[in-house]
Amino acid sequence: MKSAVIVFPGLNRDRDMIAALTKVSGTAPAIVWHQDADLPDVDLAVIPGGFSYGDYLRCGAIAARSPIMDKVRAHAARGGKVLGVCNGFQILIEAGLLPGALMRNMSLKFVCREVKLEVVNADTDFTRGYSKGQIIRCPVAHHDGNYFADAETIARLEGNGQVAFRYAEGTNPNGSINDIAGIFNEQKNVLGLMPHPENLIEAAHGGDDGRALFTGLLGNAA
Amino acid sequence: MTIPNDIRITPELVADHGLKPDEYQKILDLIGREPTYTELGIFSAMWNEHCSYKSSKKWLKTLPTTGPRVIQGPGENAGVVDIGDGQAVVFKMESHNHPSFIEPYQGAATGVGGILRDVFTMGARPVAAMNALRFGSPDHEKTRHLVSGVVAGVGGYGNAFGVPTVGGEVEFDERYNGNILVNAFAAGLADTDKIFYSKAEGVGLPVVYLGAKTGRDGVGGATMASAEFGDDIEEKRPTVQVGDPFTEKRLLEACLELMQTGAVIAIQDMGAAGLTCSAVEMGAKGDLGIELDLDKVPVREERMTPYEMMLSESQERMLMVLHPEKEAAARAVFEKWELDFATVGVTTDDLRFRVLWQGDEVANLPIKELGDEAPEYDRPWVEPKVPTPLAADDIPQMDVADALLKLMGGHQVSSRRWVYEQYDTLIQGNSLQRPGGDAGVIRVEGHPTKGLAFSSDVTPRYCEADPYEGGKQAVAECWRNLTATGAEPLAATDNLNFGNPERPEIMGQLVHAIRGIGEACLALDFPIVSGNVSLYNETNGRGILPTPTIGGVGLLPDWSQMARIGFAAAGQVILLVGAPPARGTHLGQSIYLRDLFGRKDGPAPHVDLAHERRTGDFVRKLIRSGVVTACHDLSDGGLAVGLAEMAVASGIGATVVDINDHDPILQYFGEDQGRYLVTLNLDPQGEELTALWRDAEALGIFAPWIGTTGGSDLVLGEARAIPVAALKAAHEGWFPNYMDGKAA
Repeated sequence: MKSAVIVFPGLNRDRDMIAALTKVSGTAPAIVWHQDADLPDVDLAVIPGGFSYGDYLRCGAIAARSPIMDKVRAHAARGGKVLGVCNGFQILIEAGLLPGALMRNMSLKFVCREVKLEVVNADTDFTRGYSKGQIIRCPVAHHDGNYFADAETIARLEGNGQVAFRYAEGTNPNGSINDIAGIFNEQKNVLGLMPHPENLIEAAHGGDDGRALFTGLLGNAA
Repeated sequence: MTIPNDIRITPELVADHGLKPDEYQKILDLIGREPTYTELGIFSAMWNEHCSYKSSKKWLKTLPTTGPRVIQGPGENAGVVDIGDGQAVVFKMESHNHPSFIEPYQGAATGVGGILRDVFTMGARPVAAMNALRFGSPDHEKTRHLVSGVVAGVGGYGNAFGVPTVGGEVEFDERYNGNILVNAFAAGLADTDKIFYSKAEGVGLPVVYLGAKTGRDGVGGATMASAEFGDDIEEKRPTVQVGDPFTEKRLLEACLELMQTGAVIAIQDMGAAGLTCSAVEMGAKGDLGIELDLDKVPVREERMTPYEMMLSESQERMLMVLHPEKEAAARAVFEKWELDFATVGVTTDDLRFRVLWQGDEVANLPIKELGDEAPEYDRPWVEPKVPTPLAADDIPQMDVADALLKLMGGHQVSSRRWVYEQYDTLIQGNSLQRPGGDAGVIRVEGHPTKGLAFSSDVTPRYCEADPYEGGKQAVAECWRNLTATGAEPLAATDNLNFGNPERPEIMGQLVHAIRGIGEACLALDFPIVSGNVSLYNETNGRGILPTPTIGGVGLLPDWSQMARIGFAAAGQVILLVGAPPARGTHLGQSIYLRDLFGRKDGPAPHVDLAHERRTGDFVRKLIRSGVVTACHDLSDGGLAVGLAEMAVASGIGATVVDINDHDPILQYFGEDQGRYLVTLNLDPQGEELTALWRDAEALGIFAPWIGTTGGSDLVLGEARAIPVAALKAAHEGWFPNYMDGKAA
């Protein structure tokens, strides 16, 4: 599976994501600068974490209106996979590729710590490396990860199996409604999540619970 | 309002610029005429304490700054140390004390921004940060506000920039009520053959301005940071700069990309005193003149005067001298990152610093003298008075378990989780040890086994009691913390925070602390490669505790053998390596006395540097031999707190046996130096342990077996068993409770 990482100015976990994709698949992803005219021909487009445009205006709002996002939207419409992590999740929401909103953490503070995640839907290309109900470790590092949507949207997400990950065992770090940590679009080819699986893929990270997301997505593990 | 350049220079105006009458006379002698208003501003920027080190230079020269691994010592933007394989670690620590007290969020944020810029100016990508923070008494009305603002500011900048914060310190003392300390450390990695310096070379080359636009923020900041505070402190808010980590992140990427093109001859970031300092430094170091045309400087405010432009401390700006044939390629890189790029001047051969503005020459000064002829003082100083020893029977008693629980749940020892969870500690994916242990450790990306350890240390109460021993102790503790991970300490940076050097007692502290630091660095082969001095940390005549913060870097050849502080398993032997036969003896200046009995008396503990060296080298060898399962050096709170921290970090208890005929308070809470707790995966009856003791004895190191890990309680001799869960609750509880307004 071929992948590309889209880089906006101010993103800062692009290098972490590139390293994870490279280490897991054995192949480096294509790097797409936000001003590039096109997405290369890939199966997976990834928007990594960071502070695109300094989080000015609203997290992800400026990047979401960048021309490259039209290409990402077209890629998703064709059934191509899109993964957004942290700021990438915020950008996907601002771009209308995923529903809801990510508000400031309930504590009003940035939080960087390890949480527990429940794999809610393991029946997708993103999550098939896990089993349903599995509890995994995963770090978070964000200021605005408090997921919110109206009751109707939440009911639809829950009913359609669009909730990918839920904070488990009382570790919700930000006040997200229904402990939601990550969601799919309706077709399950777009995933956005706040935690950072790319930072827990090898012994040096103190664990590799995040690795299965990438092995599931990219096929054979290197 | 536009201030004309021909404003009359009065004695009041000179004084407002922080220049003494004799210093002004020196200016008159140097240039043979009255300076223009802009020139006066330039002199005040170059000759203030912050930029000229005029009170400390004489003593800083005595520090050891060289070694086989040192590529660049003090005098550049940061120190550079060889870590093998063609790579170097580039690091420095710098204070942002005065601005952080006036405006905690922006003060701390721009402190972090400034130190990151120092590191990437040299061509290094920042890979680790630390922050040593000191606040006033927890019950002082401003403390919570300052803690919350400073921590948010450090996080706000570092997190967005994308560097992991791997360690640091947070301490409270009433002596910081009016002057908090924010000491920011950053380290980066570079290839040894791609280090960039500030020395300009070549006449007639373009001087290029890069990064953010110039505004009025921070005008006079460095001069402000070189004066005491009075009650009018709030009026100084406009001298604090405003940070933009988004621009800094782009500046980092653009600079590193530009350096790859081979276009850069010299580079200097605009920090304190902005355009003035950076231009003068590049020219003076290269024996060149510089001519600047201010009409070309990108500005974000209207009608800025030359005075304001020369003294602005707007952040995220760089000055470079470029190869003219590569100017176009350089411009393309900066345009890609949407940053300003302007050729604002040229190097000349006349050794003059000339500033042009709207067709006028507003400054024309001798460039070498601006830097080299800065006043240098041998300020009078007095020998610090060292407290008398405590009487042998002066051992205030308290139940050992009660005392330990109180210390673990007190402001000094309690967990800093509330602070470090607001910092991104794992970005870049290389953090091997995050805050909470003895040192932060990262792996060297791209290398299969190498790691780097970082620690920041000083014990200000020791320095207050005895600046010489305190200076030694700061270095020794930093060296010890690096050693406790298994790292070889390579080199250090010093951030010397003191009161008003014009008072002989303060100058005496500075002189003695530097002597102690120098001796310790020499004895431990731990040279100082960069640093910063922050004086005048005083409010209404009362100084801070002398606080010479030491930031150290160590190298792990193989991080898979790194030691951590948490007990690894039950049933393991605990050794107290480097202890005196009585385990602990020294209560003077201990937190046991200070925090449980309100006593600040007695001498600081003595640091025996030869013992320190022997013991540390022995412990490091043990760790690298693979038998050590956990390691922790002893500091605040002595043996009891050290054991409790190891238990809390792992959830595993331990049972320790008292020695007879020695007061348990001294055993458990004495703060004798040069001690480590080590657990071993060895048979207590086996030959390997006997051999280890034989080796220790041959080196003159006492390493008694004091107990065994296991269970869910910490049992200290005859004292009642304390559940590890209770220690953890106390340890984790204080900070969040305090910030919620529940405890002080």
